[in-house]
Amino acid sequence: MTSMKRRTFLRGSIATGAVGVAVGAGLLTPQMVLAAWPGLFGSKDHTGSDQIKIKAPDIAENGAVVPISITTDLAADTISIIADKNASPLAASFILGSDTEGFVSTRIKMGKTANVIAVVKSGDKLFSTGKEVKVTIGGCGG
Amino acid sequence: MSSIKMRAKASGGVTTIKALISHPMETGTRKDKKTGKKIPAHFIQEVVCKHGDKTVMTAQWGAAISKNPYLSFKFKGGNAGDTVSLSWTDNKGNSDSADGSIS
Repeated sequence: MTSMKRRTFLRGSIATGAVGVAVGAGLLTPQMVLAAWPGLFGSKDHTGSDQIKIKAPDIAENGAVVPISITTDLAADTISIIADKNASPLAASFILGSDTEGFVSTRIKMGKTANVIAVVKSGDKLFSTGKEVKVTIGGCGG
Repeated sequence: MSSIKMRAKASGGVTTIKALISHPMETGTRKDKKTGKKIPAHFIQEVVCKHGDKTVMTAQWGAAISKNPYLSFKFKGGNAGDTVSLSWTDNKGNSDSADGSIS
């Protein structure tokens, strides 16, 4: 029984690994993920941007507390945090004042391994970037 | 006792706010282990931070924010001694606010 569970677990981790590779190879972009919810920001057009930096752990041992920091050099009006595998993907949206810097930091819950996507609205345009965060249930670092 | 712990620090013309709020942040999908019934959703929906009369940040949150939320951000301006206030409202209509001064 134990070995069966282990087998299922291994298979699961290989599957998520494949998603990670797809993300790394640029096959699964944040734009594609966001296109699935066109109503979220009133527009489907997102530009990938290297001016947004997500600071998040590569592996989160406890999915209930995942520290996320987002820094951007863009003149940000809003910064939103999305975990794409969560039951309600949009975790938070921060509306920044005119003198507020492009930086927010908070802690979110993640149900399972997923891409964390930061969407920055600057003027009429939307910019996004993503980072995969692996969530281990047992906290064994797998 | 206030549910909000807040620190505001000015350095080089930029004020950094760090805040901790004590709140259960129930998603509404978790089950009570004893009764098997779902625990109703109870989470903060909006956090507003003001520097004087000016709103520097409004955060709209979902249930995916961790229990006892932590929040940090920065804004330009703000001098030592200025008042900053932080307030939150949850989906049950409860709210709390706290004032602090920039150090």
